Amino acid sequence: MMGNVACAEGAIAAGCEFAAGYPITPASEITHTLAKRLPEVGGYFLQTEDEIGAICAAIGASWTGKKVLVPTSGPGISLMLENIGFAVGIETPCVLINVQRGGPTTGAPTMGLQGDMVQPRRGSHGDYEIIALCPSSPQEMFDLTVQAFNLAERYRVPVFVMSDAFVGHMREEVIIPEEDEIELTDRKVPKEGTDLSKIKVFLDEDVAPMPIFGRGFKSHVTSSCHDEHGNRNLIDPTALDNFIRRLRNKILKHRDEIVQVEADYDGCDLALVAYGAVARCAKEAARLARSRGFDVGYLRVITAWPFPDREIRDLSQKVKRILVLENNSGQYYPYVRAEAAGAAEVGFLAPEILGQLHGLDYVVEKIGEVLR
Amino acid sequence: MNTVEHPLRKYLRPSVGTTGFCPGCGDGTISQCVLRAIDELKMDMDDFVFVSGIGCAAWIISPYFNADVLHTTHGRPIAFATGIKLNLPEKKVMVISGDGDLTAIGGNHLIHAARRNIDLVVICVNNGIYGMTGGQVAPTTPRGARTITTPLGSLENAFDISPMVQAAGASYVARWTAYHPRQLTRSIKRAIQKKGFAFIEVISQCPVQFGAKTGAGSAVEMLKMFKERSVPVKKAVGTKLQETYDSIAVGDFVDTDKPELCEEIAKLKERTSGHI
Repeated sequence: MMGNVACAEGAIAAGCEFAAGYPITPASEITHTLAKRLPEVGGYFLQTEDEIGAICAAIGASWTGKKVLVPTSGPGISLMLENIGFAVGIETPCVLINVQRGGPTTGAPTMGLQGDMVQPRRGSHGDYEIIALCPSSPQEMFDLTVQAFNLAERYRVPVFVMSDAFVGHMREEVIIPEEDEIELTDRKVPKEGTDLSKIKVFLDEDVAPMPIFGRGFKSHVTSSCHDEHGNRNLIDPTALDNFIRRLRNKILKHRDEIVQVEADYDGCDLALVAYGAVARCAKEAARLARSRGFDVGYLRVITAWPFPDREIRDLSQKVKRILVLENNSGQYYPYVRAEAAGAAEVGFLAPEILGQLHGLDYVVEKIGEVLR
Repeated sequence: MNTVEHPLRKYLRPSVGTTGFCPGCGDGTISQCVLRAIDELKMDMDDFVFVSGIGCAAWIISPYFNADVLHTTHGRPIAFATGIKLNLPEKKVMVISGDGDLTAIGGNHLIHAARRNIDLVVICVNNGIYGMTGGQVAPTTPRGARTITTPLGSLENAFDISPMVQAAGASYVARWTAYHPRQLTRSIKRAIQKKGFAFIEVISQCPVQFGAKTGAGSAVEMLKMFKERSVPVKKAVGTKLQETYDSIAVGDFVDTDKPELCEEIAKLKERTSGHI
């Protein structure tokens, strides 16, 4: 099954009932699949007039209690950024798929690049936190899309699946579990008749229930600085401080439940750090290097954001050297280097040609140079 | 001293005291017309979800209306409302926002929602200027008018909003001015009862920015101008409606029935899944 199709099936399996999007390569297969599949499960795919309309319609739909998906690629995310910040500010569960393509600008639509890795976390204005997951295979396009919905529901936050043209268009076996084997999370909603002035419905670091529309809550939902009940406050700086800190801490406080890495570096001198499509090269290069006598391990980042700081720190204390592999010019690398500072030496390796995956011999050769 | 509660007070949030509108603003009149329409239709605020954008008119809804309210980013309320309505088809979803929000930065969403003929009520308060940000030229500012960003007079043509929305495919389009609260209330009732995209443009006075910057004068002077220049749509056919404010065509531009998106989706779901 193609990665993008697996993603759409993952959304259906997660209980997605509404998706909105605008045609864009290399993400379109997700919408093609959902346009057919969603009505079969009582949902709907809306093709909007532009990507801004897509994210806004999806956020609106999420406030009716539905699980929502917004599939796109980098240029689409660029257009959506203001309203991604809006979703963060009003604590809206939503899943965004970025099947990354060659940038900057219109770039090369059919080529895979990990060029948008910092964008979800820092692209919209202001201080905020989101969650971003990095699938390495069509199976993970399914699995991590399901997880993305669960995390979005649990934390009332936009969750990104940071795929790329390689993983999106890759065809591999995908095992779709039986319905009752898939663990699903649903957002908390206040009990009917709850007086919203009596309970927190926003800005709770342990995630407030969501006062969705249509249930008689008379919810006042504004992305302007507000208090725990949704009352706007644009005058008091302590209200702004509270607004920023609580939204960030809602994610950071629970980072242990969110952050996932896959690691195999015990007793190694050097570890490769990679994510997404490139993690496949990193794992294979580590295996190959070991077969040639080098002590090389790897750490695969599954959760790019919140940043796996503790996991990188642990790694830096166990290996002497870290080599970060990315199919870009080094977007995630500065974060790894900062976290490992003083403990391990951190280097960066782009592929020979940006837009292609790292050649295994090339990586092993570089490993040899580093360890020699 | 005996106090009498305003008959429409029950529709406002208990926590709200006074409004933030400038003296002479048309937004208070329009708020009353909306609430009166809901009251006269004997509807409940829980029958609605209200969506607003950014700008003075967006504050008609937020935080004042005691209902489900989504106060959105600039230009996008119709896009948000589309997602809400598609998933809560049994509710009435109403957008109230200004001409800058709905026809400049959000113009694309407006024409496409009209094209889809999705069942929304959209009230566009057209004061011909950006009020909240200090009196900048808008796509609706009459040609030649002086604003803070066109100090020598605007060189551009103004949008004629209502015919544009009609051409885009809306089921119902009407225009009134803040001088016409009774007619406006009637049109809002009609729009709420309409199944399809229902759009009402309200030419409204902004004495603080439009009046002062363009020389149109006080709220009273502007309301008098609205009264004198208003022409029933039927008599205004063939003229450039409202482009220069020399004449303001008022009344129903279109009132028709055609397939509505939510109903079409319900039929589609029934065909494909048995879901209704």
